[in-house]
Amino acid sequence: MDTLILLVPLLPLVGFALLGLFGKQLAYLDNGEGMIGSLASATVGASFLIALYVFVQMASGAVAPQTVSLFTWIHAGSFSIDLAYKVDQLSVLFTLIITGVGFLIHVYSIGYMHGDQSFFRFFTYLNLFIFMMLNLVLADNYVVTFLGWEGVGLSSYLLIGFWYDRKFDGVSIIWTGDAAKKAFIFNRIGDFGMLLAMFTIYAMFGTLRYDEVNTLALASNASGFFPNGSAYSVGIITAVALLLFLGCTGKSAQIPLFVWLPDAMAGPTPVSALIHAATMVTSGIFLIARTAPIFALSQTAMTTVAVIGVATALLAATMGLVQNDIKKVLAYSTVSQLGFMFAALGVGAYTAAVFHVMTHAFFKACLFLGSGSVIHGMHEEQDIQKMGGLKQYMPVTYRTFLIASIAISGIVPFAGFFSKDEILWNVFEHGSPVLWGLLVVAAFCTAFYMFRLVHLTFSGQERFDTHHTHPHESPKTMTVPLMILAFLSVVGGLVGIPHALGHPLHVGNWIEHWLEPVFSAANNQLGRVSGGEIHSIEYVLILVSLVVAIAGIFLATSLYKSASVRPAELAESFSGVYNLLWRKYFIDEFYYGVVFNMLSKFSTSVLWKTVENKVVDGAVNGIADGVGGVSGAIRTVQTGIVQNYAFVMVLGIIAIMTWLLLG
Amino acid sequence: MRPNLFYGLPVDLFYGLPIVLMTFVCLAAIVVSALLRNNSKVVFVFSCVGLVAVIGAACLLFPNGTAFQGMISVGVYSSFFDILFCSAALLVMIAGRSYLQRMEFEFDEFYLLILLATSGMMLMAHANHLLITFIGIEVMSVSFYVLAAYMRTKTLSVEAGLKYFLLGAFATGFLLYGMALVYGATGGAMEFGAIRSAVGREPSSLLLMAGTGLIIVGLCFKVAAFPFHSWAPDVYQGAPTVVTAFMSTAGKAAALSAFYTLMNALIPDGSPEATKIYMLLAVISAASMLFGNIVAATQTNVKRMLAYSSVAQAGYMMMGLVAGTKAGMTGMMMYLASYMFTQIGALVVASIIETKYGENLEFSDYAGLSKSQPALAGLMALFMFSMVGIPPLAMFFGKYYLFTAAIDAGFTWLAVVAAVATVISAYFYLGLIVTMYFKQQNEGQAVLQTEPGLSGITLVLSASGVIMLGLLPALLVKLTTLGL
Repeated sequence: MDTLILLVPLLPLVGFALLGLFGKQLAYLDNGEGMIGSLASATVGASFLIALYVFVQMASGAVAPQTVSLFTWIHAGSFSIDLAYKVDQLSVLFTLIITGVGFLIHVYSIGYMHGDQSFFRFFTYLNLFIFMMLNLVLADNYVVTFLGWEGVGLSSYLLIGFWYDRKFDGVSIIWTGDAAKKAFIFNRIGDFGMLLAMFTIYAMFGTLRYDEVNTLALASNASGFFPNGSAYSVGIITAVALLLFLGCTGKSAQIPLFVWLPDAMAGPTPVSALIHAATMVTSGIFLIARTAPIFALSQTAMTTVAVIGVATALLAATMGLVQNDIKKVLAYSTVSQLGFMFAALGVGAYTAAVFHVMTHAFFKACLFLGSGSVIHGMHEEQDIQKMGGLKQYMPVTYRTFLIASIAISGIVPFAGFFSKDEILWNVFEHGSPVLWGLLVVAAFCTAFYMFRLVHLTFSGQERFDTHHTHPHESPKTMTVPLMILAFLSVVGGLVGIPHALGHPLHVGNWIEHWLEPVFSAANNQLGRVSGGEIHSIEYVLILVSLVVAIAGIFLATSLYKSASVRPAELAESFSGVYNLLWRKYFIDEFYYGVVFNMLSKFSTSVLWKTVENKVVDGAVNGIADGVGGVSGAIRTVQTGIVQNYAFVMVLGIIAIMTWLLLG
Repeated sequence: MRPNLFYGLPVDLFYGLPIVLMTFVCLAAIVVSALLRNNSKVVFVFSCVGLVAVIGAACLLFPNGTAFQGMISVGVYSSFFDILFCSAALLVMIAGRSYLQRMEFEFDEFYLLILLATSGMMLMAHANHLLITFIGIEVMSVSFYVLAAYMRTKTLSVEAGLKYFLLGAFATGFLLYGMALVYGATGGAMEFGAIRSAVGREPSSLLLMAGTGLIIVGLCFKVAAFPFHSWAPDVYQGAPTVVTAFMSTAGKAAALSAFYTLMNALIPDGSPEATKIYMLLAVISAASMLFGNIVAATQTNVKRMLAYSSVAQAGYMMMGLVAGTKAGMTGMMMYLASYMFTQIGALVVASIIETKYGENLEFSDYAGLSKSQPALAGLMALFMFSMVGIPPLAMFFGKYYLFTAAIDAGFTWLAVVAAVATVISAYFYLGLIVTMYFKQQNEGQAVLQTEPGLSGITLVLSASGVIMLGLLPALLVKLTTLGL
């Protein structure tokens, strides 16, 4: 067991090392691409199989959740951190998602990246990402999570800027490298919050292990004292929770730090699918789920998470209505869906949030890979205004894309239906009807923009030059992963059938049961009972969300399916609203124009020209000149004449004896 | 009481096994060399095997105790130094063979003298008696005098040997005089335990203070601490490069091993005298660090730069003495080991680049090395990074343990001085890297032809040492504290 779980992150690391060191040599061989791609995929695939085995063992009760400590990582005084992995229901589930979806995307990338001049570099980064992501979710303590947290940030940066010589259009962004930097910097702001949270936790609780911190936090609420002796104050818990949440808003693209994610689409499409849809951006959900008891102790923090989640869900969904870049629609959709998950966390519906992470990984990865297939078939065209009628050229891509779109819209019995309704119901029951209403609007927008995307891309007439562009279906390495993900998008929701529907049929809610031990402490704190009784209003809510989704699909279909409607004309008739949405509520402009410019001016005139050039450089150069002068002077003493040396020694002896005997 | 016989052998032979074996290897090597004239290869192989055997014997990690009527002490401390000295000797011998062959100056005596010096060093670390300390120091020093002047046809080398001998004799005089005064002040005690109890009874004797002061002078000369360092730059520059590598690492380590045990015996706990002595050592340490690094900053010759910086390194090592605690000792041992790998590695790189006529030792000769000799440049950069103390390389942890030990002992100011000195040192250590990687080769300079030969083994071993000690410092620390 110990060694098995160790292999899960180790294999991708080995893959990373091998490809990083020898990838370039491999690339020169015949069929080098095949070897590189198979090696990278095999490491992740093997990790998946091992994780599956561990999962089965755990599900059958043969293996209990446990902590596997590899070695003492940092030891300084009384501070000690182990490189330890916590294998429990939550981390195993995340590991399965990461390695499973990750494996499919690796395979897909073999086809997608075919012929790229840096083929090996892509897979090197991809394996590094998987390794870091596994550290993030398997961590037994905050520090190991932070290692992964920073590591995925780095791999994300490297992969967004993978085609560093390509242009990318955005607010004050010209090159893909700028988009990579933007992602990195926005993430750093969040990381700063997470660091501060870790410092506070260590100061208050004297440990950074999740289990201990969670237990101690609940215990100090009961006893009235923190382990470090100071009186318990909910303010500190709130501060810790909000700082952690700041980290989550960076990594998981929530208000106020969400603006980097749409620009992260500058990276190759498999990257968008893996990192910016299925896995990395769900780190924030993982972190809050892991630290659920801390959040449960602070009503303020819970409310903040819920409100931010709902606001992000709605804001991003409306932005998605007007995008014309196939990947950007999906990017805003991801931001919006992540908002749904945070809304669930904010009302204490941890299981629903994790459930949605899983189903979202399936259908959003499928959508992104489908969009990649379209882009591939259309020779790097991403503008849906220049597509249309592609379903006859790319039948597999079309069908899988359609399935995933139905899933994300929330039509029964596709995967998205179950997880989204779980969230909506919980927000209604434990949050407020207002938040629920806003989420329903967001759900409507979701259905609308998804089918706008489907129809503009695949239906109607070809809006591209059929003489020059010849769309074609993608190779098997790309379509097979699409089919698997589409299949999962259909059936993935069945692991979480709500009681309201499952009870009459005697079907249990498996995922709730599975995750129950992980969240029991937080649920107790919140006074929640698992299982719960069935409320008749739940049926009404399910019906409402179904109707709303169907309405969204219907409206989009009627507007965009016929060949006559052009997005541009539609935009003109709603020019005011359209412009606001098209410019993304001017948030990027605000960040750039106000925050960035102020910082930049201050840095240039004060920090650079004054502090750096005059104060720091002046001091450094002054000292250097001083040292040089002294040194030159001393050099002359070193004459090379032995008598002089002996004389210096005698002076030293006199000084020493004077000090010891007379001093 | 322990038994007098061990497997039928006198138990002293068992306790003193590393030393006995080393002495035997020395003598046997001399015989081998005399029997097989002009067959350096055999002597070389024999010496190497002998050193490995001694390392093996030292690895047995004897329980703490004394042997030969309390003349030598045995334990983890002395075993650690045995291994350190023999490893240094081994690394230097391997590199030395190819170096001397290239210089066309290979004679058996080189190996014999290294072996002899090593046996002297081991005596210093094992000494439990003033006389043994002195014998050890002299065996080592005399071997060094000859080794420094080894290239007897080269003026610089001969000058180095002569200078070292004259000043060394001068310093030995003070050391011996100090020992005599201690002997008198303690009423005839020469064994360290006896000295320690005598010092504890009557700490404030002026005679004892004078003796202690003179012993400090003598040992400061051996470690090349300020202001008794003036021989070091000339000798280190003039001596054959591999000899410099040996003297500046193992030689210093030996002097410090004796320094620590002597100070342990001579400094009474908690008295005003102890404070005075510790303050003196702290001032010497601080002055060495600052002086060595400031002067090294303006050197243009790589060997001379390393020579001056080794004065500063002596200052760092003495921080462990200043702390006077177990942590200080551990830090010092850790630092000595990491410095050994780093300095030997750096000097062996220099010895490979050096030409037969002692050229190519200037900074400017290293310009563009990263292009002409990427492997050598990379190794040199590794060693220089270690010297500065960049984690996770060996000397970072050496410095880390020494600094914390000094701070815990109340010498925060010394740690601050050490940090400042380290910043200064970054200038010239990194300066060499800048020269290698960012400066263009001088026009008209011949393309460097090198044949590392056996030196390559030393380089690989040193580099692995630098990396391993950096990655797993806890292992060595655990070793140094074992059984204490």
